[in-house]
Amino acid sequence: MALREALESGRFAVTTEVGPLKGTDTTEIMEVAEILHGKVDGVNVTDQQSAVMRLGSLATCALLVQKGLDPVFQMTCRDRNRIALQSDLLSAHVLGVKNVLVISGDFPTLGDHIDAKDVYDLDSEQLLWTINQMNNGHDLIGNELKGKTSFLAGAVVKPVSDTDASFELQLAMMEKKISVGARFFQTQAVYEVSAFERFMKRAAKFKVPVLVGIIPLKSVGMARYMNKNVSGVFVPEPLIDEMGKAEDKTAKGLEVAARLINDLKGLCQGVHIMAIGWEKKVPEILRLAKLA
Amino acid sequence: MLRSEQKPFEEILGYLEGDKKIFLLGCDGCAHSSRTGGWPQVLAMKERLEGAGKKITGHTVIDFLCQKALVASRLRPLEDKVMEADSLLVLTCGVGVQATAAMVKRSVHPGCNTISLGGSRGEWRGSERCVECGDCLLHYTGGICPLTACSKGLRNGACGGASKGTCEVSPEKPCGWELIYERLKEVGRLDQLKQFVPPKQWNKQRPRPEILSTSLWALEQRDQSSEEGKG
Repeated sequence: MALREALESGRFAVTTEVGPLKGTDTTEIMEVAEILHGKVDGVNVTDQQSAVMRLGSLATCALLVQKGLDPVFQMTCRDRNRIALQSDLLSAHVLGVKNVLVISGDFPTLGDHIDAKDVYDLDSEQLLWTINQMNNGHDLIGNELKGKTSFLAGAVVKPVSDTDASFELQLAMMEKKISVGARFFQTQAVYEVSAFERFMKRAAKFKVPVLVGIIPLKSVGMARYMNKNVSGVFVPEPLIDEMGKAEDKTAKGLEVAARLINDLKGLCQGVHIMAIGWEKKVPEILRLAKLA
Repeated sequence: MLRSEQKPFEEILGYLEGDKKIFLLGCDGCAHSSRTGGWPQVLAMKERLEGAGKKITGHTVIDFLCQKALVASRLRPLEDKVMEADSLLVLTCGVGVQATAAMVKRSVHPGCNTISLGGSRGEWRGSERCVECGDCLLHYTGGICPLTACSKGLRNGACGGASKGTCEVSPEKPCGWELIYERLKEVGRLDQLKQFVPPKQWNKQRPRPEILSTSLWALEQRDQSSEEGKG
């Protein structure tokens, strides 16, 4: 199974993600790769997620390729200038990586190296535009490449916002990202069907596949933490109550995730499961959602 | 002092595409010294724009455009002419363009690029408004600089990090792109959000030798070398 084929065939696509650890130990990631093999269309590898320094996304993607998975190389604009970004794209291509997901990237002060210099030489739209150039055989300034890339480029969008300005900006930028080469979107985690419906009512006309984001809830504390600290995540109170009353929180969290997938799947073209430590439970979520 | 140079005329005409009536504004401070936005340059620009088929509803020069309150008071007697225009062309540094935008409910376009001389806030000292990037983007945003208003300096739009209108970097700081959105909405130019801003030419941030040779920086170098000569 590969992401591009899934999206082009119109089949409901399933992706998930893994986060490399701080250090050279890849045991956990390799175990996850084994479990996910044949069960998902694509596996994102996060790029220094939350601005915390870890093993690289590109190297981890290459390991996943060797394991027969179809990785999605997440690239933030935070840490590399245009020379390094383009070079890493060439490297990714020769290592067999076929998909790239472009993200601005959390600001360094949100991570563990707060004194790091932020880069943002290119922004998300400009990086997407650059990937498009490279797919057409040229670098950013128009020089010819000896051997072009062939990436499927994706981007992110936040479907639920707490201000009108933010909601409208997200839609305007989604449109702009498509105009410069985004061929699919992954969203921030969604917990409210009606809010996602409101977004898709506006976004469906762009006719670009949207993979709705799902983060399985592990506890009441996690839900409250995200509501307070994670932009664009709004877990409704009844759902928090449901988690609170459950005896087996893990079972409940997986059940809720599966239920959300089923409630949302008619509105979009795929699902992106961000399991945050529960990567090995992704096949169980898919089984409960009757997607496996 | 903020040093500036005029943008190429073709680029300025590109900004004014679709706008027939223009109000022209210059600055008698740094832009006068830079010979980019004093009276002679404003009159010359008036002639060129009229030659290109634009109607100039009015023109004036204010000393200094970076003084927000002064901009408001000096433009008040000319309000009819300002509001009759589709947009304003402002021949001055990035601070002056933003001070104008803050005071006028019309689109403002920068006519100059601001050249780096190491940082200056003009007379609008509350916060840094212009980073003297040499490649002014204020046209795209209706007159709020994305390099200073957005913590990440994103040129094409917001990241996903804002909460309740504030920046992920600091809850005291408003999301610069939400400010830009509200501004573009106010002046009826939300269509600008769809424009792709290409990768920035950071090289323009480094002042070229021919510009440096005419600046205070050059005087300072000369003073230093004559000091050394004495030793």
